[in-house]
Amino acid sequence: MDILGLTITTGAVIATLNATIRQAIPITLGSQSGLLSERSSIVNIGIEGMMLMAAFSGYMMNSYLSGSDISTFADDNMRLGVCVLIGVLTGGMMGLFHALLCIRYKVDHIISGTVVNILAAGVTGYFYNAQTETKGKIPPLISNPWEKGDFLYNVGAVLFDKDIITYLTFVIVGIIAFALFRTVWGLRTLSIGENPRAADTLGINVYRLQYTNLFFSGALAGLAGAYLTLADVGVFERGMTAGKGFIALAVMIFGKWHPVGALMGALLFGFLTALQSQLQFFGIVVPHQLVALIPYAVTVIVLAGFVGRARPPAHVGQAYEVE
Amino acid sequence: MATIAKSGAVKGPPVPSIATKIVNSLRDLSNTLMIPALAILTAILVGSVMILLAGRDPIAAYTGLVEGAWLEPRGLVQSLLKTSPLILSGLAVGFAFKGGLFNIGAQGQLIVGSVAAAWAGYAFSGLPSWLHIILAMGAAAIAGALWGAIPGALKAYSGAHEVITTIMFNFIASRIAEWMISLGSADGKIPAGPLADPNSGAISRTKPVLDSARLPVVFEVPPPSVPNLNIGLFIAVAAAILIMLLVNRTTFGFELRMVGLNPSAAQYAGVNVKRLTISTMAIAGGLAGLAGAVQTLGINGYYEANQSLGLGFDSITVSLLASNNPIGIMFSAFMFGSMDQGTTRMQRSGVAPELILVIQALILMFIAAPQIIRWLYRVRVSGKGGQKLSTGWGQR
Repeated sequence: MDILGLTITTGAVIATLNATIRQAIPITLGSQSGLLSERSSIVNIGIEGMMLMAAFSGYMMNSYLSGSDISTFADDNMRLGVCVLIGVLTGGMMGLFHALLCIRYKVDHIISGTVVNILAAGVTGYFYNAQTETKGKIPPLISNPWEKGDFLYNVGAVLFDKDIITYLTFVIVGIIAFALFRTVWGLRTLSIGENPRAADTLGINVYRLQYTNLFFSGALAGLAGAYLTLADVGVFERGMTAGKGFIALAVMIFGKWHPVGALMGALLFGFLTALQSQLQFFGIVVPHQLVALIPYAVTVIVLAGFVGRARPPAHVGQAYEVE
Repeated sequence: MATIAKSGAVKGPPVPSIATKIVNSLRDLSNTLMIPALAILTAILVGSVMILLAGRDPIAAYTGLVEGAWLEPRGLVQSLLKTSPLILSGLAVGFAFKGGLFNIGAQGQLIVGSVAAAWAGYAFSGLPSWLHIILAMGAAAIAGALWGAIPGALKAYSGAHEVITTIMFNFIASRIAEWMISLGSADGKIPAGPLADPNSGAISRTKPVLDSARLPVVFEVPPPSVPNLNIGLFIAVAAAILIMLLVNRTTFGFELRMVGLNPSAAQYAGVNVKRLTISTMAIAGGLAGLAGAVQTLGINGYYEANQSLGLGFDSITVSLLASNNPIGIMFSAFMFGSMDQGTTRMQRSGVAPELILVIQALILMFIAAPQIIRWLYRVRVSGKGGQKLSTGWGQR
């Protein structure tokens, strides 16, 4: 098929869509992490660090168990499951740490987030040993049921052959979108994001809810980190999150603090990033550095032009003192 | 009436003796320094535990750190050289914070400043040295200022939060700089970037800066050491003093702090918040641009990819550590510059350089949460805590 003089093959389209999903998963999870935190009136710029720490702990656990003699862990699924869990818990603990600094010690949320980010870069870089080896990463959950050559095979190539975290991400977005606006937990969370004093007066335990939500916020960032080392890349590298936590925040604002909006933002960003790596296969010759800046430029334009004055949770970023 | 006037005239507040004054100011000083000192001490202790966990010797590591950073002329000069851009980029973050803006964009502003300085440094020949240096520094400041002003304007007119836009601008700046110095493809289909040095071999960098634009040396290190102390440090110190005066002694600075504390109140009091937001970010960007210039003209002599990797993020910590005080930033920048320099020697004792990041994070945490220090050491010190630096997302 020729569009604007470009030859677009089915293969290239499939590759672009798959790369879009791959890029969007950690950013989506990060944006949901930011959302849970900010809806509870705590700014979380530490998502980057939480992701990195979880990516590291999940990978190190994988490396440790890959060499272990315990027969249970010879089973790939069991081993990788445990590693994802470790990553998620690591993220959760980092979330609690951020909450502790913000709530108990009333540290400015941005300073606390910066501490999380630097600490994660330091700890992971310090303990990382390039010689580690693992027995592979998370396999696809469902393989493409259609025959090659069948048209449906192309659809299947995008829908299937994905790891479990990818599918889980979409489920999580759905759960958060439902729970945040339809359940007691969600409405309470919204209330402490808007006006913790009023919520407190009505008998909601503001701090406990903030700690709970920050644990889940960190856990989601942790899942994003685990995705990077256990499903996507397969290995750990120093500073491998490369700004994904910050982009997740941009995407969260882009989605106006709504779970589904954030998912859309992440998919858009993922698509632009995917396009850049696929562009050369479409036969376009441009310096790759200039193509690489498109996703960032579009994020700025979208934020400035289309989103405009998005309204954040009213109390976000401010310490709350229980009376 | 009469009695009140009489007693009032006779009894003033007791005049404190000079001795009391000195004791009081010393007590104030020790109170102010107590938390940072204990914070640094505690962070170093935690660092020791990490060194022990890795099976190394903490004493050897820290001795190496101090030796490498301060105890040799070469190391000390290197520490000071690393301090200079950190002061300027730290100011870029701290100044914006004073106006309630979180400038994560120092990294990008620094990159465009470096590139502009390198270009002005080689593109104009035959100028007297003083003019060439002013020209190159000016180009860097203007480039950085523009790179800062755009997110400022976006914030002012569309409400796009500066944290997100400046991060995006960091990525954009680094990609544009990479392209400008790229060597192009081997088959010639993609041409080399406009500033690339064709004679650099396989290294992506700009053409070398002419000697007339290199910062003059003020202290020569005895041979065989190469890097000499140049005027960059003095430019940085002068900038810190100027920024302090600007913030504390001028109408602009007053308005800036007012907007930082409460933008709505400032708006109501007649401050043009939009214009102030843009000029704050422009000045911050200009400072970061100068940081890039000091590095390019003073140290490297060209711009190469990743020459300032992490500098922009270090500057956030530098500024936060000093509570955004321009004078304090000079000291925290020196501490960071020294640590950075000392790591090379520390690595000889088998300790990974990332340990410094852990220590820096812990220092920042303890200073931001002095209650932890008070609880650890059972001391009663007046600590602030709970300070608020920037406005929330999309406010104003």
